[in-house]
Amino acid sequence: MSNIQQIQEDIVDEFALFDDWMQRYEYMIELGKSLPLIDDKYKTDDYIIKGCQSKVWVHADMKEDKVVFTADSDAIITKGIIAILIRVFSNQRPKDIIEANTDFIDEIGLKEHLSPTRANGLVSMIKQLKMYALGYENKQPQN
Amino acid sequence: MKVAERFDVTKIRQDFPILNRKVNGKPLVYFDNAATSQTPQQVIDCIVDYYQNYNANIHRGVHALSQEATDAYEKARQIIQQHFNAKESKEIILTAGTTHSINLVANGFEKFLQKGDEILVSGLEHHSNIVPWQMLCEKTGALLKVLPMSETGTLNMSQFEVMLNPNTKLVMVNHVSNALGTINPIQEIIKKAHDFGAKVLVDGAQSAPHLKADVQALDVDFYTCSAHKICGPTGIGMLYGKRELLEALPPYQGGGEMIDQVSFEKTTYAGLPNKFEAGTPNICGGIAFGRAINYMNEIGFENIQAYEHELLLYATKRLEEFDNIIIYGTSPEQKTAVISFNFEGLHPYDVGTLVDKMGIAVRTGHHCAQPIMEFFKIPGTIRASFSFYNTKEEIDLMIDALKKANSMLL
Ligand SMILES: Cc1ncc(COP(=O)(O)O)c(C=O)c1O
Repeated sequence: MSNIQQIQEDIVDEFALFDDWMQRYEYMIELGKSLPLIDDKYKTDDYIIKGCQSKVWVHADMKEDKVVFTADSDAIITKGIIAILIRVFSNQRPKDIIEANTDFIDEIGLKEHLSPTRANGLVSMIKQLKMYALGYENKQPQN
Repeated sequence: MKVAERFDVTKIRQDFPILNRKVNGKPLVYFDNAATSQTPQQVIDCIVDYYQNYNANIHRGVHALSQEATDAYEKARQIIQQHFNAKESKEIILTAGTTHSINLVANGFEKFLQKGDEILVSGLEHHSNIVPWQMLCEKTGALLKVLPMSETGTLNMSQFEVMLNPNTKLVMVNHVSNALGTINPIQEIIKKAHDFGAKVLVDGAQSAPHLKADVQALDVDFYTCSAHKICGPTGIGMLYGKRELLEALPPYQGGGEMIDQVSFEKTTYAGLPNKFEAGTPNICGGIAFGRAINYMNEIGFENIQAYEHELLLYATKRLEEFDNIIIYGTSPEQKTAVISFNFEGLHPYDVGTLVDKMGIAVRTGHHCAQPIMEFFKIPGTIRASFSFYNTKEEIDLMIDALKKANSMLL
């Protein structure tokens, strides 16, 4: 089992402790509030993920063979979601990021954030993370 | 204005089956009426009746069904004509909606504009009354000018007079702003624009649900609205244009229905309104649009306005209980039943997400009016827009939900 999958299962287990949507959202809001996620110099249009409702900035760095993501949003719930995604995808190998599935989002009851009308784009956020990973993967010397 | 005794909201609500449904386990509170209105059973029945009993192509066949469908479609055009008090039914073009209507006019004006001409667009417009004009300017070299709005969400009328000049060819303004609900002084705008020979297009998408416009009294050149905001179906709307203007405009799309004679050498176009209705139209939609207008008139626009105004006052008062509330736009006296607001320190998206979990449908975001958000330097607002089938009890539910959202987020 990949590390990513393990983390996802941990998150699913954590969320299973919550009784209702309110507790889930309170937890996400807490996650959103507690994390200074990105260096301010990356909060520019170059790093923004185009979305309709809330702004999302993502920055990626390669540390040894792993991708380190930082990200931020101007909306707190979105920030909470980002915190969860960072926990899953940051510090992972590009190949694992590219291959990871994201079913766990459905399982933790955040499915509605995957709907295309939530133009703030949890979907485009994940896509962007994978694009970064793909970029790094293609840059690596093949052997 | 007083709400008539016979206005019975409990009874009216029974016309709207969707109001019985639950969202996230909670009774639906639908306050996104400015985006689209709900559909009464009378209109749903009309749609079903069409497909069950007389679905046929119009203006073509001699058979009975085609006749019936044609009659019903043309009857709808008359209902729309009478409702907006157009002189003739051929001045009513059935379109796919406001966006389509505006594009039709913008496309037609290419022929009449040249470099140095000016087009004036109000700063309160929906994107659909901005972008087609920008496209037209790119094609013709005409200049797009923006009539600024003020801090209170009203248009700066003294600036308007300064901006008007003999080069002004077109003026575009909405009757009511979708983002803020402002009722614009269109009568004055039309008169002043005409003094300079400019033509005026009024986007009535947000006024049609709340007030009855009289296109002749207004002396407006073009007026448009969408059926889906006045209890009708989506994908249908109307464009009113003064006959001589519509006759002068070239057709928008080519195809069946819009022709008189076709040969490979030369095609002559049909007269109004067919010239602008190429192809098989949204027949059922048109008929249901007529039914929706009748439904609204059965309730009565005076009743609708008076009752919605009560809701607006009540909701404003209740929202002012929050000490971190920011309401954008003008006073309730100058707007329709729309409140655009934020809470200090909270992102509208967060608030909207949480109240949705509690069954409250409000709109969050820029409401397709990014220039207005830019003006206020905000990412968006929360917009609650009321209809005559909403109630004070629903407003109370929204307030409770907003309180909960505040306590979760702050
Ligand atoms: C003021 C205004 N203009 C135009 C439109 C566009 O209408 P439609 O999407 O029906 O074409 C809307 C709809 O939101 C509106 O509110």
